[in-house]
Amino acid sequence: MTTTQQSPETEPAADYGTHPGAAANRFFKWLSTGAGLLILTTLAAVATFLLVEAWPAISMSAAELGEKVSFIKPENGQSLLEIVGFLVYGTVLISVIALLLATPVSIGIALFISHFAPRRLAQGLGYLIDLLAAVPSVVYGLWGVAVLVPFLQPFYQWLADYFGWIPIFAPPQSGEVFTGRVALSAGIVLAIMIIPIISAVSREVFLQTPKLHEEAALAMGATRWEMIRMAVFPFGRSGMIGATMLGLGRALGETMAVLMIISPGLTFSAHILQPNQHNTIAAYIALQFPEANALGVNSLIAMGLALFVITLLVNMLARWVVSRRSEFSGAN
Amino acid sequence: MKAFTRSGVVLTAAALSLSLAACTASNEAPAGDSSAESTDAAMTELSGNLQGAGASSQESAMDAWRAGFQSANADVTVGYDPVGSGGGIEQFLAGAVPFAGSDGLLDESEYATAVERCSGDGGAYHLPMYISPVAVIFNLEGVDSINLDAETIANIFDGKITTWDDEAIASQNAGVELPSTNITVVYRSDSSGTSDNFTDYLEQASNGAWPYEATKEFATAADQSVGADGTSAVVDTVSTTDGAIGYADASRAASLGTVALKVGEEYVPYSAEAAAAIIAASPLSESANGENDLAYAIDRTTTDSSAYPLTLVSYHIVCSQYEDETERALVTAFEKYVASEEGQAAAAEAAGSAPLPADLSAQVTAILDEIAAA
Repeated sequence: MTTTQQSPETEPAADYGTHPGAAANRFFKWLSTGAGLLILTTLAAVATFLLVEAWPAISMSAAELGEKVSFIKPENGQSLLEIVGFLVYGTVLISVIALLLATPVSIGIALFISHFAPRRLAQGLGYLIDLLAAVPSVVYGLWGVAVLVPFLQPFYQWLADYFGWIPIFAPPQSGEVFTGRVALSAGIVLAIMIIPIISAVSREVFLQTPKLHEEAALAMGATRWEMIRMAVFPFGRSGMIGATMLGLGRALGETMAVLMIISPGLTFSAHILQPNQHNTIAAYIALQFPEANALGVNSLIAMGLALFVITLLVNMLARWVVSRRSEFSGAN
Repeated sequence: MKAFTRSGVVLTAAALSLSLAACTASNEAPAGDSSAESTDAAMTELSGNLQGAGASSQESAMDAWRAGFQSANADVTVGYDPVGSGGGIEQFLAGAVPFAGSDGLLDESEYATAVERCSGDGGAYHLPMYISPVAVIFNLEGVDSINLDAETIANIFDGKITTWDDEAIASQNAGVELPSTNITVVYRSDSSGTSDNFTDYLEQASNGAWPYEATKEFATAADQSVGADGTSAVVDTVSTTDGAIGYADASRAASLGTVALKVGEEYVPYSAEAAAAIIAASPLSESANGENDLAYAIDRTTTDSSAYPLTLVSYHIVCSQYEDETERALVTAFEKYVASEEGQAAAAEAAGSAPLPADLSAQVTAILDEIAAA
């Protein structure tokens, strides 16, 4: 990106008109423009579909909708809007748990691969991590329910016994954590699912750190950790944030794993060790869809619209953070 | 070459006479019974595509019915979209499918729409085709069966009874050693006809101990409860949780302990016969569309102790009259097969449902015979 490299690009475009590769050049221009436009069109089409299909449910009064859709019960404090509120809260809560757990681990993995591991081990490990990303979410769900949840239950009990005074670790009323199918479990499984994305992107960013910066830091007597803090992190910060947001995007939309693991409920509770408190939008839609009537489907699509908006907001936020910091680093 | 041709002719002739003989035989046999003859004739001519949609509870039974009917009528394709009862009714009323599967009954406005949708003024009929007992299952080591009345079950599922050695349970189970384990309530977290029937049973039979309305989405105040998505997950959760109690389709109760329900003065364990008997013990729904509309208001409060009141009855909803003769022939032939002993046996094997009693099966067939084309 230095000025000397830019000079070929500033040549007048007319020169390419008679170039032997001109046709191919134009072809690829249209192909890439088309691909870009296709994405925009798809996004617009999805947004339009969601709005049109959700409209009958959104425009109807809460009481009327409650009469026609079995899972909407305004009299129990579960009108469409309230359900969306509970679900947005649950979705964000579980995704944030996943992010809090996954980010440090992923950054650690990425650093290990890029700066600590012997080259041969690093490569093998990189492949293994990428392999994790290829495991279907239903497999994670099955594994979570059959293996992880029973395994974690005693640990949750311990957490509740000793840290139960912190509201988020409060056990159910009986004081006994009788099931591991709680928000924390869903968050842990989601964390495992998003580790590959975050670590793969961070790894690539860390590998881009200019060798000169690193060597300069080491030459000044910095230890390896100090070198990473002084050279690698500042350089890779925006990349790390981008990677985290990509992970968050996946966590927000994950359905099967959450559906299979969590014992769902609709509340604004902060107790992540209690079942029947939280659910995510995607999992709720999957639960209710099979038996929903037409208006029920409209209502579920309205919830899908909410998820779409959240995901869009998260991605825009990520873009904004990355662009704001881009001037300080060479990652872009 | 010549000899070869001749033998070919002989073979053809033999085959022809054979098939002729078969023809006359099959035509002669039912000569005395005109209705049987007409169905036989219809069976052999049937071809086309029959699409249904509706309750997912019938899915595995429907697979068996489709396979059985298609193997008897090679030119017919039957499809069934398990979109759920609500979706099935909607598609049926919109005229998209000629029949719907439903766990519930049509409501007043849907009955009215059905009159417009169907040819003639007869509207639509419910035909009970799939009867399946729902078992209350539990996991207590060394206990295979316990006796409970609806009120106690309601209190357990509502979280008012929290341990297995509670007096309310113990008093009904003299001689059974009940541990002091906490009760974990396992419920269906997805929307389902099983939950609907279970809560309907609790609402009707528990003398007010179940303060909620019947609903497809199980809701409970029990503190120690776990939701699971689908029958398999419920059964799985109950099997892996000591002291758990849940409800599931009886065919899936497998090795778990099951509850015998108090009916009248006796405790009735689930069985195919007892499940079918509840239909005989129940009146037709008040809003039923004439006597041909077999829409039952299942009487869960029955005191007839040959019946098992916690039973899911799933219907096929058909028109009383079809515009198109081919459609009518397809629907009635298929539904007759479904109601037949053979069809019910196929469903029992595939889905573990309770076969229709013979008289009900005959009644359904008679109704189907009356369905006409415009």
